[in-house]
Amino acid sequence: MVVYLLCFILFLVGLYGVVTRRNLVKIVISLSIMEFSVFLFLALIGYVHDGVVPIVDPANPDARYVDPLPQAMVLTAIVIGLATTAMLMSVIIRIYRKYKTLDIREIKNLRG
Amino acid sequence: MNPLIPLFVAVPLAGAFLTMIFGKFVKNLNRYIGLIVLLFLAIISYYSIVTVSGTVSVYKVGGWEPINGIPIGIYMVMDSLTAILLCIINTIGLLAVFYSFTYISQYTSENYFYALFCLMVAGMNGVVLSGDLFNIYVFLEISAISSYALVAFGVEREQLEATFKYQVLGGLASLLILLGIGFIYWKAKTLNLADIKVALGSAPEKTHYLLVQMLLLSGFGLKAAIIPFHAWLPDAHSSAPSPISAMLSGVLIKAAGIYVILRLFFNMFIISEEVAILITTLGALSMAVGVFLAIGQWDIKRLLAYHSISQMGYVVMSVGVGMILVARNTKPEVASLAIAGGLFHLINHAAFKSLLFLNAGAIEYRIGTRNLQEMGGLSQFMPATSSTSFVASMAISGIPPFNGFFSKLIIIIAAIMAKFYLLALIAVIVSIITLASFMKFQRYAFYNKEVQKDEKSPKEVPFPMVASMVTLGILCLLLSLLVLPQVRDIVLKPAIDILMNSQMYISPILGM
Repeated sequence: MVVYLLCFILFLVGLYGVVTRRNLVKIVISLSIMEFSVFLFLALIGYVHDGVVPIVDPANPDARYVDPLPQAMVLTAIVIGLATTAMLMSVIIRIYRKYKTLDIREIKNLRG
Repeated sequence: MNPLIPLFVAVPLAGAFLTMIFGKFVKNLNRYIGLIVLLFLAIISYYSIVTVSGTVSVYKVGGWEPINGIPIGIYMVMDSLTAILLCIINTIGLLAVFYSFTYISQYTSENYFYALFCLMVAGMNGVVLSGDLFNIYVFLEISAISSYALVAFGVEREQLEATFKYQVLGGLASLLILLGIGFIYWKAKTLNLADIKVALGSAPEKTHYLLVQMLLLSGFGLKAAIIPFHAWLPDAHSSAPSPISAMLSGVLIKAAGIYVILRLFFNMFIISEEVAILITTLGALSMAVGVFLAIGQWDIKRLLAYHSISQMGYVVMSVGVGMILVARNTKPEVASLAIAGGLFHLINHAAFKSLLFLNAGAIEYRIGTRNLQEMGGLSQFMPATSSTSFVASMAISGIPPFNGFFSKLIIIIAAIMAKFYLLALIAVIVSIITLASFMKFQRYAFYNKEVQKDEKSPKEVPFPMVASMVTLGILCLLLSLLVLPQVRDIVLKPAIDILMNSQMYISPILGM
């Protein structure tokens, strides 16, 4: 139970960062923290106490295996997260070239 | 097994790939690849909507058959609701690509445009076809990431700012969705939509169920820009190039937001009355707030973007009324009427809102501004743009004989029959304010000013843009035919049956 709570706290830390930080790069870092807390949660779902690697061993039919599906999901989600982060960082580089600043308070052309 | 199902995803993916490899060497190859891909998809989606008629066909990716009745592979499911969405996506996509022939030539690197466009279409087709929760997430991200890139296609200050906002909120939405999927998997130990419904059973654990519903509702609500989650939409939709605005507003918020909400809440969850009331309230709220935010806008595309929020509110509200009645288990015919109104308005909105964005793009193409105060008297120079935008404005504000009138009428009648008089009143008032707002658009853009015709005055836009706009204008009229019972029974009725009776969705998938 403690692990899940820590995982949730990590999620909230990331959310706090996204809401309060003013620097674009720090917002992206906070988003990544949230992302990894969710990945951690997914990996925890598949955890089985005393479980082993899910490769079926005919010699040991009663073995307890961890659930491999959340692991596959996490792998896919990490790849997607990588694409999102790369996209965000490239946009930040472009923004820095145009605005000469990373402060979100000075980037406000769009309002209303 | 329907062999057409994987083509909806595979063909646009291949198109994107080919564009990136060969587009550099042959001039204009990229646009023809885009056109051919979308034409093919449009044709097979029309074929599907005619042939599907109430059946549910399943394609098991990789041929993984279920073991002991438990589905283990990824399932792609084609039913009537999916077929309607596929028709919307690929028709609007086809017209937007054709429109881009001249519009995008103002930009550099056209190759990337057509490749990203094909990727976005592949993602959206995947979302509506997928019968697996995690697969929905993956396809959602494919379409979202390519739309992030397309919003920033002009790489000017505004586009970059808009895409940053869109990406941060979109990323947040994806995380909420992923967290919701995690919680579902925790209890259900399966990701197949039909199997989840069976695994969670008829008496689910209340707190867990509610938590999952809220996570998924806020995640997909962010994607659909329902009111408390709408902040990114006006920026992103107004900054993107116009064909992309048409795709985002006309298609993406429906395929990635509304469709998934419909599918999950009708076919995967057991609808509870509280959640249904919440959804209805959110819909009514976005209907009213969206139109009030729209009325003060002077930037055409921002005005249209706020109207997207408001019109999506109609869809969500109407479907929510249907959900309440389904949850109460009373008046099934009124519930089906409400859902019919919502779906009908969804189809109509795709037609007239993409047309309006294409009109805005045509004006910007010729005048170079989006500010309503700087234009005027365009009706004598751009007759096609002017007349099609008149059609679309009348359709969105609900003037007969255009399609918007009939869907709004059905929504209002359903609300009255379900005894939600307040919702019906809000719907009528919002419709009147919408009319006022579009009168302003028509007046400031096309009339209002007498300008002498000379060499410098703007000309009509080139043929591909005119052709797309006129086709959509004709569609706005033709879609009114959906109100006729004969047509409605073929197109809308099977989709409503699938939503109202989730057993019809579950049995063919699980092979029961």
